[in-house]
Amino acid sequence: MIDYQFNTADLFFALPELFMVAAIALILLLDLFVSERFQNLTYYLTQSTLAITGYFAFNLIGESAVIFDGTFVLDTIGSYFKVFMMIFSIVALVYSRHYLSVHNLLKGEYFILSLLSVFGMMVMVSAHSMLTIYLGLEIMSLSLYTLIAIARDRAVAIEAALKYFVLGAIASGLLLYGMSMIYGITGSLDIGQIAAFATGANLISEQVLILNFGLVFLVIGIAFKFGAVPFHMWVPDVYQGAPTSVTMFLSTVPKIAATAMLVRLLIDGLGGLQAYWADLFMILAILSIGLGSLVALMQTNIKRLLAYSTISHIGFILLGFITGVVEGYGAAAFYVLAYVLMSLTAFGTIIVLNKQGFEADQIVDFRGLSKHSPWFALIMLFVMLSMAGVPPFIGFYSKLFILQQVISAGYIYLAVAAVVFAVISAYYYLQIIKTMYFDDTEKEVTVTAPMDMRIILSINGALILVLGLMPSYWMELAISLF
Amino acid sequence: MESLLSLLIWLPIVGGISVLVIGNNRSDLARWLSVAVSIIVFALSLNLWTGFDTSTHGMQFVENIPWISQFNINYHIGIDGISMLLILLTTLSTFLVIIAGWEVIQNRAADYMAAFLIMEGLIIGVFSSLDAILFYVFWEASLIPMLLIVGIWGGQNRVYAAIKFFLYTFLGSVFMLVSLIYMYIQGGSFSLDALNDLPLSLTEQSWIFWAFFLAFAVKVPMFPVHTWLPDAHVQAPTGGSVILAAIMLKMGGYGFFRFSLPITPDASSEFATIVIVLSLIAIVYIGFVALVQKDMKKLIAYSSISHMGFVTLGVFALFSVVKMDVDGQIYSIAGGSLESVYLGLEGAMIQMISHGFISAALFLVVGVLYERLHSRDISSYGGVINSMPKFTGFAVLFALANAGLPGTSGFVGEFMVILGSLQANFWYAFFAAMILIVGAAYTLWMVKRVFWGPIVNSDVSTLSDINTREFFVLAVLALAVLAVGVYPQPLIEVMHVSMINLLEQALTTKLPAAL
Repeated sequence: MIDYQFNTADLFFALPELFMVAAIALILLLDLFVSERFQNLTYYLTQSTLAITGYFAFNLIGESAVIFDGTFVLDTIGSYFKVFMMIFSIVALVYSRHYLSVHNLLKGEYFILSLLSVFGMMVMVSAHSMLTIYLGLEIMSLSLYTLIAIARDRAVAIEAALKYFVLGAIASGLLLYGMSMIYGITGSLDIGQIAAFATGANLISEQVLILNFGLVFLVIGIAFKFGAVPFHMWVPDVYQGAPTSVTMFLSTVPKIAATAMLVRLLIDGLGGLQAYWADLFMILAILSIGLGSLVALMQTNIKRLLAYSTISHIGFILLGFITGVVEGYGAAAFYVLAYVLMSLTAFGTIIVLNKQGFEADQIVDFRGLSKHSPWFALIMLFVMLSMAGVPPFIGFYSKLFILQQVISAGYIYLAVAAVVFAVISAYYYLQIIKTMYFDDTEKEVTVTAPMDMRIILSINGALILVLGLMPSYWMELAISLF
Repeated sequence: MESLLSLLIWLPIVGGISVLVIGNNRSDLARWLSVAVSIIVFALSLNLWTGFDTSTHGMQFVENIPWISQFNINYHIGIDGISMLLILLTTLSTFLVIIAGWEVIQNRAADYMAAFLIMEGLIIGVFSSLDAILFYVFWEASLIPMLLIVGIWGGQNRVYAAIKFFLYTFLGSVFMLVSLIYMYIQGGSFSLDALNDLPLSLTEQSWIFWAFFLAFAVKVPMFPVHTWLPDAHVQAPTGGSVILAAIMLKMGGYGFFRFSLPITPDASSEFATIVIVLSLIAIVYIGFVALVQKDMKKLIAYSSISHMGFVTLGVFALFSVVKMDVDGQIYSIAGGSLESVYLGLEGAMIQMISHGFISAALFLVVGVLYERLHSRDISSYGGVINSMPKFTGFAVLFALANAGLPGTSGFVGEFMVILGSLQANFWYAFFAAMILIVGAAYTLWMVKRVFWGPIVNSDVSTLSDINTREFFVLAVLALAVLAVGVYPQPLIEVMHVSMINLLEQALTTKLPAAL
């Protein structure tokens, strides 16, 4: 530690993060002083920041380095994850603005907090030390807690924020406890040194025991962030209570960060113990798929329904990690990105239905959409079928990819269970299609969303079909990340 | 034409999307465009017939482009004698359905036409896929337009019927997906050629056979997974019923031909008796169920299940007729001639084509009545012949064809299957032949109650006879029914070489020890 030399050239590798944090500080100051007339300034600055950061991250693809005394890593998977996070955040904020403006929540803080949480996620993605992971996690989580509570006159939102905060704090505590165990036995916070220790040949059984003890708590922390059963309790309440734009954000970009945390801790760090954590994941995965599919059947609130649907998707993602091979991890990464794309579109379509003073969050709010706005109904149809795993949409290929890896690893019974639950979950996706297409209504559904949101949402929905017709490139990319 | 098949798949899909874009507000333009697209597709599909080489069992009109290279999935399409006939049936039925829905559908007319066009392309894709995943994609995707057709334009209970239809078929298919992936991991390819050559132990084959069976039996549909069909048929609009009966059910039969027999021959032989028993239950029991129906559409739906039983019977009876010895020579175990096994297979295929015409025609007949009186109950009618003589002529012809009258296509397929199964077991033929009696009973009894007798409902006397459009649609189908009934030889010639090849595949063991 003592002989660590700070090297200015290292800063280049952290350019996206450095730019982002500088921009956040600047926007925070500017937002204080701009008058009401330039309310949109913060929004546009935020979007530009995300775009420029994404550009920097994109330019760093292919570079790899471990810097800052082994606490920060730049590699291909990190750079790609950052680029995707920026793109998805930009889309999420475009949708959010419509929601915020019709519900009188359009404030500068919203965008700054979003940026801060994205910054936290970037730190998680590039962490190479357990301490950095924890720092990133907390930056992200604290910003998200506040974002949920931004609708401070809504009791449900406050309840959701408090619930998320308390449970999140417990999960952080468990994660820290696990980290301390790992630190205690390996003597290092550095992921690389932990990996070297865990794969070492002459581990005695007591050392393995303590490593496994710590591992269990790490897995709990990760499972909490993903919202996998049985650590899913917060998901439905928070999804329902939070303002829809925050729910959308919460259900999309942080899942990429959670995947990154999983990759850093369990694959990069404790890859030597894959056989141990794969067993844990198997239980988490099948419980998540099962519970997510069954409980969603009874929901009438669409945000709550999507919460359970998310839980079931998380189960599929975790299935990819039990295989222990690069293709399996690739399948999981592909699933995460496909899921985020679908989830953004689903919440985008809900937000499109929001009008001045009208909160669309019930399934019945979709009634008659196919008559009055056939295009957005079609997009929602794409999303729902894609989430159900019906070809030719992207959701089918992500499931195919996962199932192929799971069967290849020899777990045919897991694959069979997963597809049975997929059929069960198809029922509630069909309910939404039914509401949009089959139910008659006299009520007029008008769409007041601005043009930029309509265009982005249209592209977003079309991608679900287009990427489904040509998934080859993205599958290859997903495998090449590992 | 190099890429004729691709054109047949994608032209209707692109046409359907264009019709969607035109929108319901300009429904006349949408109707004309739809009918133009469907005529062009039908005309193009005739090139498959004229350009078909009947001397080879190999796939023709083949296109093979890499699609998802990580999994060795290719856009690999091609046809043989079996799929070619089904594609022609598809293009003809879609054309007729679009004509038949011309004025009837006023609510969201453009969407209606577009759904049928897109579905046409997807179903042609099903029949021409030579890659298992490509097949699965088309197979599942074709559910989506049908779901919407039943759900949007269906009757009172349409939501229940649409969702039941979708979930039933979806559940059936996912197990097929799992077994396809399993075979991919064993053999490294999803191509049908590779799957056909993949050695599999009897245990593996049995699991795969039942996974396939679930997928295809739901589609056919076989007893006891047939319950979605009466619901879907009754609730669907006329066009939806026609496509369901004429084409979608054939996808199941086609699956047995293309997947079950060649990929799991030993398991197919092992479980042939179970399949035959289920087919006979469908033929006899469902036939009696049809007898007591009060709703015309439901009666025809049950009659469909019963008639489709002949298809599975004809296919699986071959295992009790012939075997293959170690030198690859096929010999007869029942003492009959080798030719009789082709009677079963080809009879099954003719039965599929014939049922496509007859059931389509019968649903259109019910549709014509329903448009006028808005009732499907048999009891609301009686004496229709007095006000609709031309129409009654057609209806009686189709009813007789459904009952298996010689000279109509219904007779040819059933007779061939019965002859074929007679070689296998006398009782198979006995029970199958019973349907000729029961079938005649329920069809003719319906004709008697609806078309003949005195007019009990005063509305019936005000009925107007069919117009030119309806006449045209029914006349085309009547010609087809009679043509196949009088001279089925061209159909048999087209498929015969493919069937010889299929029989060899079905009898060649794939057990690893034998290879």
